[in-house]
Amino acid sequence: MTSATEPIISIDHVSHYFGSGRLRKQVLCEVSARVDPGEVVILMGPSGSGKTTLLTLIGALRSTQEGSLKLLGEEMYKARNKQLVRLRRNIGYIFQAHNLLNALTARQNVQMSLDLHPNLTTKEKKIRSLEMLEAVGLLDWANYYPQELSGGQKQRVAIARALVSSPRVVLADEPTAALDKQSGRDVVEIMQRLARQRGSAVLLVTHDNRILDVADRILQMEDGRLSTLPREQLIGLS
Amino acid sequence: MIFAIPLAWLQLIREKVRLLVALAGIGFAVILMFIQLGFRDALFDSSVRLHKALEGDIFMMSPQSTALIALDSFSRRRLFQAEGVPGVESITPIYISFALWKNPADRSTRSIQVMGYDPSQSIVSNDLLPDSEALKLRDHVLFDRDSRPEFGPVAELFEEQGYVTTEVAGRRVTVGGLFNLGASFGADGNLVTSDINFLRMFDRDPGLIDMGMIRLQPGANVDQAIAQMRKEIQEPNGDVLVLSKDEFIAFERDYWQNSTAIGFIFNLGAGIGWIVGMVIVYQILYTDVADHLAEYATLKAMGYRNRYLLSVVFQEAVVLSILGFIPAFFLCMVLYNATENATSLPLHMTQERGTLVFCLTMSMCVISGAIAVRKVQEADPADIF
Repeated sequence: MTSATEPIISIDHVSHYFGSGRLRKQVLCEVSARVDPGEVVILMGPSGSGKTTLLTLIGALRSTQEGSLKLLGEEMYKARNKQLVRLRRNIGYIFQAHNLLNALTARQNVQMSLDLHPNLTTKEKKIRSLEMLEAVGLLDWANYYPQELSGGQKQRVAIARALVSSPRVVLADEPTAALDKQSGRDVVEIMQRLARQRGSAVLLVTHDNRILDVADRILQMEDGRLSTLPREQLIGLS
Repeated sequence: MIFAIPLAWLQLIREKVRLLVALAGIGFAVILMFIQLGFRDALFDSSVRLHKALEGDIFMMSPQSTALIALDSFSRRRLFQAEGVPGVESITPIYISFALWKNPADRSTRSIQVMGYDPSQSIVSNDLLPDSEALKLRDHVLFDRDSRPEFGPVAELFEEQGYVTTEVAGRRVTVGGLFNLGASFGADGNLVTSDINFLRMFDRDPGLIDMGMIRLQPGANVDQAIAQMRKEIQEPNGDVLVLSKDEFIAFERDYWQNSTAIGFIFNLGAGIGWIVGMVIVYQILYTDVADHLAEYATLKAMGYRNRYLLSVVFQEAVVLSILGFIPAFFLCMVLYNATENATSLPLHMTQERGTLVFCLTMSMCVISGAIAVRKVQEADPADIF
């Protein structure tokens, strides 16, 4: 689909509105950006600045209202729901809350992501899920249920789930928000390392100044507008 | 697409208490339906118990008769006419009436159905009525041991003493034997006696009978005989009805089904059970979906289709219906047995009713599922980010 030089995400003059009529409110204002394969990009900004909305647009959870947004070369401007659902399968999501399925074990949670790719046998899926849990250091916890795991462990299972199908893009929305300093750090490093190994691009939304050094590039969002900040300046701030 | 992980099943068994409550609720609905439909069928079956037991091929009754409990008499001559039809082996005039029976133990009275016929002929199989020898004696009767217990411990007394004396219709009679037929909703108990004893008990014109039973020779054509009787006896006179055994049974069943409120009442009861079950399953499924809304939204964000989540809810509904049905089914067999012992009504689990109630249970769960899945549409992945 995409050549090596083509960006994985390309955003061109995207605007987005919520509500209608007099209540219509603009949340994104002519946003333009690109993310290349293998890049780790952090998106920062105060709450309400529109970064989560941008992430839901990139994640094919909403269709684009205005401007052009291409994911893996596919245009998502006014995309149909069916196309969005298909595109989502190429994206690994990591949420602020881990959002694991409580009725499933860690291994089964990871495997749910592989079940969407029917060209694997059940055994292969199981092996790959276990390998992925090993990669996040949770092989011994494969048969535990989410409520038996700590916050950091759950978030690592969520990372395993997001990455097991080797997605081209990983989107993470404040993955460290609910974690203490050390587990937050671990989670981000695992994410960065695995994404690098697989050549996935990572777009990370965060408030957390402690993890900015993992990024290749930092984007700053304010009032629906995007600006690039020099990385060194922000790290200096933290 | 085949999914390796049975999410519906795993979600159900994860919440064990909720699952048990759900199964208890569904089981309750299943039992309610089984009991109501069972009573209805038992009523209909009991009302035709005598009809089924009578070993005749063709039956004759008055067109004014509506049911066994509301018989009109007709002239015996019509039955004798039928004897001339080719293929007829024998005819049996039967007198049927109700009389007051005096309980030999506590002297209370109760209405009992009395049947009189010529004891040299048998009208029911030997299994039910093994010995009719006593009927040849004056004022002797046989007592139905499956009558309701309110008639007194007649069978026990008989087995102890070899006879029981009491009063029927104000006349002193002796119970000289027992037989097995069973109570119906219409008649709580049965007596049989000879035609002569019957006429002694009831001051009636011997020329007017209540029912005529006709037996055909082996190999004779029943349809042909009926057609001829209708043509030669029923149509010109218009004072009798000629029925095959099946029609005779259907006639009685039809009365109870359509001319009384009973069928409607029990169907309504079963319907209420169905609705109660549906509400319970809906509540369970709705709570389940609401609890898992964030998880479902996550699955949608991962690229699972709405259809997958709908199938999870429907699978849960089907699993619930099957798991709820099985224990309730066996519990019902026990309840049927207990009810049969208590009421002398023929209450059995039939394959037909089992299938019917299973289908009702399944539809109850699937309809609830269909209402509950609307909640799944609310799982919008854009909201959980």
